[in-house]
Amino acid sequence: MINFGLLIPKAVVQGIPLLYGSTGEILTEKSGNLNLGIPGVMYVGAISGVIGAFFYEQSLTKTGAAANGFLAVMIPMLCCLLGSLLMGLLYCFLTVTLRANQNVTGLAMTTFGVGFGNFFGGSLIKISGADVPSIALSTTSKYFSAGLPFAGKLGWFGKVFLSYGFLAYLAVLIAVFAAIILKKTRTGLHLRAVGENPATADSAGIGVTAYKYGATCIGCMIAGLGGLYYVMDYACGVWSNDAFGDRGWLAIALVIFTIWKPDISIFASILFGGLYILYLYIPTGMDHMELQQLYKMIPYVVTLIVLVITSMRNKRENQPPASLGLPYFREER
Amino acid sequence: MSNTKKHEPLFHIVKRDSMTFKKAVGIRALAIVAALVLCAVITMIVTGENPISIYGTMAIGAFGSVRKTWVTFQNVSILLLIALALTPAFKMKFWNIGGEGQVLIGGLAAAACMIKLGGKVPNGILILIMFFASLLAGGIWSVIPAIFKAKWNTNETLSTLMMNYIATQLVAFFTVLWEVPKGSGKIGIINQDTNAGWLPNIGSGFSGSKYLLTIIIALLITAGMFIYLAFSKQGYEISVVGESVNTARYVGIKVEKVIIRTVFISGAICGLVGLLLVGGINHTLTTTIAGGQGFTAVMVSWLAKFNPIIMVFASLLIVFLSRGAGEVATGFGLNQSFSDILTGIILFFIIGCEFFITYKITFKRGGHKK
Repeated sequence: MINFGLLIPKAVVQGIPLLYGSTGEILTEKSGNLNLGIPGVMYVGAISGVIGAFFYEQSLTKTGAAANGFLAVMIPMLCCLLGSLLMGLLYCFLTVTLRANQNVTGLAMTTFGVGFGNFFGGSLIKISGADVPSIALSTTSKYFSAGLPFAGKLGWFGKVFLSYGFLAYLAVLIAVFAAIILKKTRTGLHLRAVGENPATADSAGIGVTAYKYGATCIGCMIAGLGGLYYVMDYACGVWSNDAFGDRGWLAIALVIFTIWKPDISIFASILFGGLYILYLYIPTGMDHMELQQLYKMIPYVVTLIVLVITSMRNKRENQPPASLGLPYFREER
Repeated sequence: MSNTKKHEPLFHIVKRDSMTFKKAVGIRALAIVAALVLCAVITMIVTGENPISIYGTMAIGAFGSVRKTWVTFQNVSILLLIALALTPAFKMKFWNIGGEGQVLIGGLAAAACMIKLGGKVPNGILILIMFFASLLAGGIWSVIPAIFKAKWNTNETLSTLMMNYIATQLVAFFTVLWEVPKGSGKIGIINQDTNAGWLPNIGSGFSGSKYLLTIIIALLITAGMFIYLAFSKQGYEISVVGESVNTARYVGIKVEKVIIRTVFISGAICGLVGLLLVGGINHTLTTTIAGGQGFTAVMVSWLAKFNPIIMVFASLLIVFLSRGAGEVATGFGLNQSFSDILTGIILFFIIGCEFFITYKITFKRGGHKK
């Protein structure tokens, strides 16, 4: 049957990009912004990190210097955060300041972001005139995927809990932190108020625009890290076009599945990560390969069912933020 | 007095009552021009070519030969049809972003008929069956989220999004099931020897006959949709439900019925697009047959402010850009995704300019008191 000792680490690795994406989107949605641009943001985050790492490695080969672990991690990470932040600012400028339709803006961001990622992924070498056959950032990637040194000695425990790169643990930390902020702090309370009813929040003296900008931009930066994790750690620094696939949409699905709770998302992401690759582990036999395609459907069907059930039960604490997707204009009430 | 003045903001945003049609078009045109200039600048940086020759290359990519021109119009028709399909739902504020899935399911139904019935029934009847099967399949696929919405107010943006991926996997499942030859993972051209279920070419002996059917259907549905939305009773009901559900209930419109009926129409037209893609254009079925146009169409429909006539031009702009940018990319050995970047930039500008159509900014000048 299925070997769980083998499946769990693989599920975790698949789940981490989803965890980043869903945590970012939860924060964004809590401010009332439905950002369908998350798949695009994750692409931009990934490619920005790749561009940073690419030029760092190029400079290393030119000067012949040895890689510095701190720089190898910080340069891609800062580039990634900057790229995602710019996408977040663009989204906020259009939807909050200019009050544009959020669905359309989000979809345009996804078109742009995926195109941006694939374009620079495919043309970076030509544009920069570098003398390498393909983007393979093994030097910097090594620092991202380095697990704890003693993980191998601890048997299955080490494999399941300690064998991941630092970005995986950061994802869990960020999710826990986001959950605490949303549930326990005044900032979180204000943020939720903005997402539920911006007019009320406004009259209570909460800066609606500032909260929307803040939550969405931070959300985008977190989501961007998911893209960075995927390419630098999971894919070992090798960029291939469209490899990230539909994980961005799956992250948005996770937001519903976890009923807008980042702490639940830690487990849900790993579950979805497992479902995402489950088809590889269910024996189908050679003459029924088509069944694999049906197993790949499971995460989406489950999400749809959860969405319908939460709306059916109509429990107040499990609903989407009430003003989700609506622009707020102070003088229009 | 001086104290309050200090806190007076520099500018003030007010909603416009209305704007003359000319001025609104002017603002949009200005935004598109600005976007095209920015696109040219970016292309210039990437390729080192001057902007005029870039747009020359783009025009060649879209209209460079008779065949290219026909393909451009065929692509415009497909994008336009999906946008038209989504429009009645959007007008009702039902955010159907499931066009992608509905097209796929329509295509799947058509392919199923071609494979299972090809050669067993006369060709005319087969095409008729395909027509109804595709429409019904697309319609049912869209009605599932509509029922959830009508019954339990389930968020339709998210549910239609999930339906897209379920449809994709369903198509992937059947692709493997029907693959020819076994193990290739592709269906290949269906009924290549008998041409059973292939939609007919209109006219013959001229270069465009292969493309004409799609274009004619697109034109018919554009006109039909314009009339349906602007002049029919059902079209009026859609507007009322979109403006205010409570008003609709008050005047006795059965909101649930209108939602389900409208979304069915929306999905059925998407299914028709699936039929055109499978039966008329590609003669095969793949998971990428809709090619993301279900999402692009959302933006086309919205950009045109749900007006079918303007949608023709919006689709033309998007298709021109994508085919043109493709030509630029090929010419300079760049990646084909370049067109997505340009499309994105144009969209951002048009999305942003809507603000200046809906609102106006009045600046407060220091010292001058009205």
